[in-house]
Amino acid sequence: MRLRFRSGALLCALALSAAALGATGCGRSGSPPLRGPRPGEPPRYAVDSRFSLPSSPTWRAARERGRLTIGVKEDQPGMGEMNPATGAYSGFDIEIARMLAASLGFDPRRDIRYRPIASANRETALQNGQVDYYVGTYTINEGRKKLVGFAGPYYTAGQKLLVRRGERDITGPRNLAGRKVCSAVGSTPLQRIEADYPEADAVAYDSYAICVDNLLNDQVDAVTTDDTILLGYAAKDPGKLKVVGRAFSDEPYGVGVPKSDKALARALDTALAARERNGDWKRAYDVTLGLSGVPAPEPPRIDRSLTS
Amino acid sequence: MNVLTDNFSLYGEGFLGTIRLTVYSSLLALALGVLMAAFRVAPVGALRSVGTVWVTVLRNTPLTLLFFAMLLGLPRFGVALPFELFAVLALGCYTSSFICEAVRSGINTVPVGQGEAARSLGMNFGQTLGAVVLPQAFRTVIPPIGSTLIALAKNSAIAGSFSVTELLSTYKTLNENGYSVLWSFLWIALGYLILTLAISALFHAMERRWGVAR
Amino acid sequence: MTAHRSSRTSASALYDIPGPRARARHVGYGVATALALAALVAWVLHLLVDMGQFSSVKWRPFLYEGIQELLLRGLGNTLKAFALAAVLSLALGAVLAAGRLSEHAPVRWVSTLLVEFFRAMPVLVMIFFIFVALEVQPLPALVAGLTLYNGSVLAEVFRTGVTSVDRGQREAAYALGLRKTQVMVHVLVPQAVRAMLPTIISQLVVALKDTSLGFLITYQEFLHAGRLIAVNMDYTMPFIPVVIVVSAIYIGMCMLLSWFATWVARRERRSVKTEAVAVAPPEAGSTMPGAPGVR
Repeated sequence: MRLRFRSGALLCALALSAAALGATGCGRSGSPPLRGPRPGEPPRYAVDSRFSLPSSPTWRAARERGRLTIGVKEDQPGMGEMNPATGAYSGFDIEIARMLAASLGFDPRRDIRYRPIASANRETALQNGQVDYYVGTYTINEGRKKLVGFAGPYYTAGQKLLVRRGERDITGPRNLAGRKVCSAVGSTPLQRIEADYPEADAVAYDSYAICVDNLLNDQVDAVTTDDTILLGYAAKDPGKLKVVGRAFSDEPYGVGVPKSDKALARALDTALAARERNGDWKRAYDVTLGLSGVPAPEPPRIDRSLTS
Repeated sequence: MNVLTDNFSLYGEGFLGTIRLTVYSSLLALALGVLMAAFRVAPVGALRSVGTVWVTVLRNTPLTLLFFAMLLGLPRFGVALPFELFAVLALGCYTSSFICEAVRSGINTVPVGQGEAARSLGMNFGQTLGAVVLPQAFRTVIPPIGSTLIALAKNSAIAGSFSVTELLSTYKTLNENGYSVLWSFLWIALGYLILTLAISALFHAMERRWGVAR
Repeated sequence: MTAHRSSRTSASALYDIPGPRARARHVGYGVATALALAALVAWVLHLLVDMGQFSSVKWRPFLYEGIQELLLRGLGNTLKAFALAAVLSLALGAVLAAGRLSEHAPVRWVSTLLVEFFRAMPVLVMIFFIFVALEVQPLPALVAGLTLYNGSVLAEVFRTGVTSVDRGQREAAYALGLRKTQVMVHVLVPQAVRAMLPTIISQLVVALKDTSLGFLITYQEFLHAGRLIAVNMDYTMPFIPVVIVVSAIYIGMCMLLSWFATWVARRERRSVKTEAVAVAPPEAGSTMPGAPGVR
């Protein structure tokens, strides 16, 4: 009993001192140094301030609120990432979210609230109105189409492999025999590797970050998932990591919207097409995923059948 | 209504997953819990401290944190286990602290004379505990261990959020297949009720058979 | 106090007071245990140091104000959910306990049904049900789930407390001409609450621990903040440092509350005012789902 008292008091002191440390603000300001090449200035998107979409309940509610709530990823470098120290969001998905917001008449610098939503809760977030639309490596597929609406696609990702820069032997999924390849547990890329390339030694962890960390520590030989996610990691450390191989799947990324709000999905499609035409789409790519050294592909054709 | 009939195999798989988690974690928790309880009443001070620290830390650790630490921490050591095994480890270790306390208070209910008689027959600590005190303590700890294992069965739902196949996580697939959420949750709830009531019934039977009249 | 003493006696019932040779042997075992533990700890530390988990670059993020604020915000959200859940659970527990003690049979049946159902359901199933099926935002979903579960468990605690107040107390109060409600409010509840306080606090520890379930429904609580730092590649993905810091604070908070419960229990046992109520230890319940303090 006395031991319990002592250890309790000790930990209490620890917790309190940790809290005091924060409360008194004796920390350094700013953000810890970032890795990888400096991104350029993100493009400024012209705000269509006369835009109006009364037929969309989501848009009307956002207009009344004065801002959009956009669901994003917060832990996917290059696509949707929040800097934990400053709270600033960056990445290709974030740029797409911002350019679409500008087209809907909201100033991307002032009128957006980002809300991080993990993959498992995306449908729920759109259904219970936590977010107005969702941009975050969201593959359009049949199962999801039953629950939510989609605009886009705005990018076609494909499954590839991330390896160490010095790796010579792995150039595609065919020469993975006996090598350890890592992916997120329960993910489609993992299932595809296990089913189509059974001679590879598949390893599953909770998140891609753990996979990449283990790749850098030589505990696995490759990480596999959508090339966008891999490019994001490669852009953080181009001296040590590279993305290899041809895509062995097709993942059309869409903007998730509430299922009933077809008007919003159609407006987003129109906005996306305009942004692709005026070069904003490519500029957004260049300051985010382009940092990995892979040039911008052609944007995919917008699938109007999704909104009809 | 036909959520259940259409997806019987999915539910069955989830239900079996929950049962598997519960059974394996229970075995681990019982083994570890009894071992730690033995440590906590041992004559060696160092062993007592090990038991105390084990119980104090694990009882005050949120189970989600334990899952979080195992899934984030163990891969750093190059440990790549199936997630079901991670879940069994987390659930088993967590529950073992409650089992330990139940067994320890059970040991306290065994009359002192029993231990003294055993020792006067020349038994050492291990024999006294294993052959005389624990079998008697077992009779009084049936109800608290039952409650603890019911809690374990309910806690196994957390594993579903860490990519383990179990009952609660079936709602996601059903949702994607377009079934009504209300009905799928109703059947999930029923599954858990069946499981907890079954454990409850099992321990009631055990108590009627071996329990001590209060 | 009592528990301590009784564990002593039972421990000594298991072995004789050691003589000089037994004592030497015990010291030997103790040293062996300590050495084995030290070896284990040293091995783990060696592995961690080897992987560079204690290099300054892995710990540097914690020095930044922004990171500290992120963690504190997460901790604040955890405590906010806990405070809301605690207050609402106590209220719900009181209402349900009153319902179960009611003289009107239908009220009693309904409260019993609710209490038994919510105690038998995994709290996570309720949280997910409220979050997914009722389409509620994360914080209210978490608080509602915790309230339903802990409220039902507390209802049983309150009811046990009230029914275990010595019968003479109630009879004396009625004899003085007090009415039903007055007997309850002025005589039974104060004594019951005093006696059940340790169990109530233990149940609040359960609620505090369960706020971490918010992590699973994207509520931005403490674990969420920790995970964000842990998976960040700019900070060289400091998994182990984050696990160490987050666990120390979380376990510390829960221990503090648990320790408070034992402290209250010890004080109560010394107090004459609670002698009228025999407090059953939380473990010795029947085999029903949802015994207090166990989760």
